[in-house]
Amino acid sequence: MSVVFPTHIHKTPTMLTNIKNMGYAEIYRKYGTILIFIGIFVLSAFLNETFLTTGNLTNVLRQVVVVSLLACGVTFIIILGHIDVSLGSVVALTGTIAASVMSLTQNLALAISAGIAAGIVVGLINGYVITYFKIPSFIMTLAMTTVARGAILLYTAGVPVSGLGDFQVIGQGSVGPVPISVLILICVVAVSWILLNRTKFGRHVYAVGGNAKAALASGINTDSVLRRAFIFNGILAAVAGIVLMSRINSGQPAAGVAYEFDAITAVVVGGTSLMGGTGTITGTVIGAMIIGVINNILNLMNVSSYWQQIVKGVIIAVAVILDVKTKSGSARKKA
Amino acid sequence: MLMKVKTDGLVLEMRKITKSFPGVKALDGVNLQVRAGSVHVLVGENGAGKSTLMKVLSGEHAVDAGEIFFKGVQLTHQNTRAALELGIAMIHQELSPVLDMSIAENIFLGREPVRGKKDGFSLLHLFVDFERMATETQTLLDRLGLPYRAHQKMRELSIAGMQLVEIAKAISRNAALVIMDEPTSAISDTEVAMLFRQIADLKARGVAIIYITHKMDEIFQIADDITIIRDGQHVGSGQAGDYDQSSLIALMVGRTISSIFPKEIVPIGEVALSVRGATRHGVFQDISFEVRQGEIVGLAGLIGAGRTEVVRAIFGLDRLDAGEVWLNGQKLELNKPTDAIRHGIAMVSEDRKAEGLVLCRSVQENISLANLERFAPGLFLDLKAETASAEHMRQLLQIKTAHLNTVVGTLSGGNQQKIAIAKWLLRDLKVLILDEPTRGIDVGSKSEIHKLMTQFAKQGLAIIMISSELPEVLGMSDRIVVMQEGKMRGELSRDQANQENIMALATGAHA
Repeated sequence: MSVVFPTHIHKTPTMLTNIKNMGYAEIYRKYGTILIFIGIFVLSAFLNETFLTTGNLTNVLRQVVVVSLLACGVTFIIILGHIDVSLGSVVALTGTIAASVMSLTQNLALAISAGIAAGIVVGLINGYVITYFKIPSFIMTLAMTTVARGAILLYTAGVPVSGLGDFQVIGQGSVGPVPISVLILICVVAVSWILLNRTKFGRHVYAVGGNAKAALASGINTDSVLRRAFIFNGILAAVAGIVLMSRINSGQPAAGVAYEFDAITAVVVGGTSLMGGTGTITGTVIGAMIIGVINNILNLMNVSSYWQQIVKGVIIAVAVILDVKTKSGSARKKA
Repeated sequence: MLMKVKTDGLVLEMRKITKSFPGVKALDGVNLQVRAGSVHVLVGENGAGKSTLMKVLSGEHAVDAGEIFFKGVQLTHQNTRAALELGIAMIHQELSPVLDMSIAENIFLGREPVRGKKDGFSLLHLFVDFERMATETQTLLDRLGLPYRAHQKMRELSIAGMQLVEIAKAISRNAALVIMDEPTSAISDTEVAMLFRQIADLKARGVAIIYITHKMDEIFQIADDITIIRDGQHVGSGQAGDYDQSSLIALMVGRTISSIFPKEIVPIGEVALSVRGATRHGVFQDISFEVRQGEIVGLAGLIGAGRTEVVRAIFGLDRLDAGEVWLNGQKLELNKPTDAIRHGIAMVSEDRKAEGLVLCRSVQENISLANLERFAPGLFLDLKAETASAEHMRQLLQIKTAHLNTVVGTLSGGNQQKIAIAKWLLRDLKVLILDEPTRGIDVGSKSEIHKLMTQFAKQGLAIIMISSELPEVLGMSDRIVVMQEGKMRGELSRDQANQENIMALATGAHA
């Protein structure tokens, strides 16, 4: 029997028209995020001379760390076709617990462990309740938003925790010119990327998000995949909480409000579909950078923070519209 | 403009209806004449074109050629919807009532009575007149002798109850033609009796009914006229008295088998899979059959006979209420697909888009999805090994794709189906279940998949194939198990089986 060589599926008479019609959608899908980032970066450089200084760029990085950490975790959740709206409160809960342990024991390792343990517990609760009772993740994490916030306010009686000793080194220290928090982010991005692209778990995340029924029929324990993703997401929320509290050198139970919004915006701007099944960590990181640069340039230009909120809202809407439009573009191509 | 023509007592006349879809001629010159006050039964095998014909009538599909007259008025694709509202009611196989609304609200959905006087403008017109809606509904239900209250939620009714309410709705709209698509497929005998009383009542009012069914006894119980279509062609029409069961079956299946199936006789080995008394309450009862190594067992039956449900249970997607599944002399505990897969049972679903593939991911990821532990013995995936295996599968099954990282959703149905099969072939399989393995794919891929099945059988795999195409069942199976309404109606050897005796068992005809 002779082996037929695979024919090139694009070799059709309509190829030219396809490129003409679908060009923009294809280009956006492949390179959209990075092109938008470069565009905004260049524009910012022209708009304000302070923007390109080392000081300012380091500042942008520092500011972007917390949201980027959250965004890496929630990327897994969004690829799974779920959502986590409790991140801001969990940042406050885990970060303040770490600060409190630090203040009581002055033991940095213990403080970090306590914060991360709290993050794991939150992830476990979210994951188990969602999979066991089959409730939407939006509702569960919405509930977690007030539970986590209430818990930490109860624990601290609403008073910020101080006397943190060496705690600030995580958020404020540097190794040479590179802030420690940025190093942490680099590690987290690397781990997230490897998890998603080089492990069984990552494949399962894509498969469950793309088609949960097919994943189940392929022998994948879909509930377990979701629970593990929520635990990972909880750990990263705790890391973000610790970095944040360490940077402000105080355990602030009221901190982190609406951080989940920035994180989800970063993920969506980074090209991850809210419908699940597709998305990348690199996209998420670039998405977070886009948000960071926009925030930074608006600050440098003294634009009111009220306007900044409006801008961010518009960005997320536009990103989702582009996602839907480019999706339907490729669907049309299929038909 | 609507044109009037002479009607000869016909409510509906469809003349030489032709409709093609890419690659298939679904309807080819089909005629249908429905008299007022009669029940016209439309019969044909799965895929004969009955549903397409009804979709042409409801305006869902535009015809390529042919004419439709309803009450003497010619329907064009443009005016179909308007005409429908004038008097054709469809009662679909899958009903779609608003479950959390009351019967009254469902009956008046989209044309709720409003308060205030009919003429002129009044703000009162903004408000629904629930009292009037309820009293009118109750009057209607009482008149029809239906034991329901207007305020009852739709959810509280049985499927038959919902169908009866749909009929009541049709009557309240003064429909002149009611189309019922397999209305008795999901209801009990007493409910069938209730339905038939309503049909008799409709007839007495001069309403015509097009009734689609596969059940032989039902056909002769209620039909006034019968039209038979086969492979999109009109093969006969006449009064019910002109036919009997065997002549009807002969007309339904009487095609010559043109495709050649690459079936080879393979030595049949030991019993591999044994299903004993498998039951899922209300779905299938007491199903028992065996599949041997190297054997292809065809599960035949009409759509809805419970074949898919049986194999889903064997694969661990649904639980059995009673009965056992044995593999190579060992009783299996099957609670989830993982259990079946671990024992070497694999299933290719009838709906590859919903259950077989992750359409937004690549060819390679889909092929390796069920085998990741093979590529990740440690912490990390061995991408080289994965690519090599996927490439091997691509060549073995001749999957036509530009790259292994092409998104599966962009490939043709035949190639998608090959990928859905490929993902199991990297495993040590004992039983392969193929549910409608060639549905919706082109002729070339179809025969390639048949060749693969023969190869698998040669390698000693036990294969269960569900197919609604009789030639495929007859062409590929060593043995055929026929199901009807969740029950096993018979088992035929390759030599015994022919289209007529399978169809007779599948329709519950008295042999």
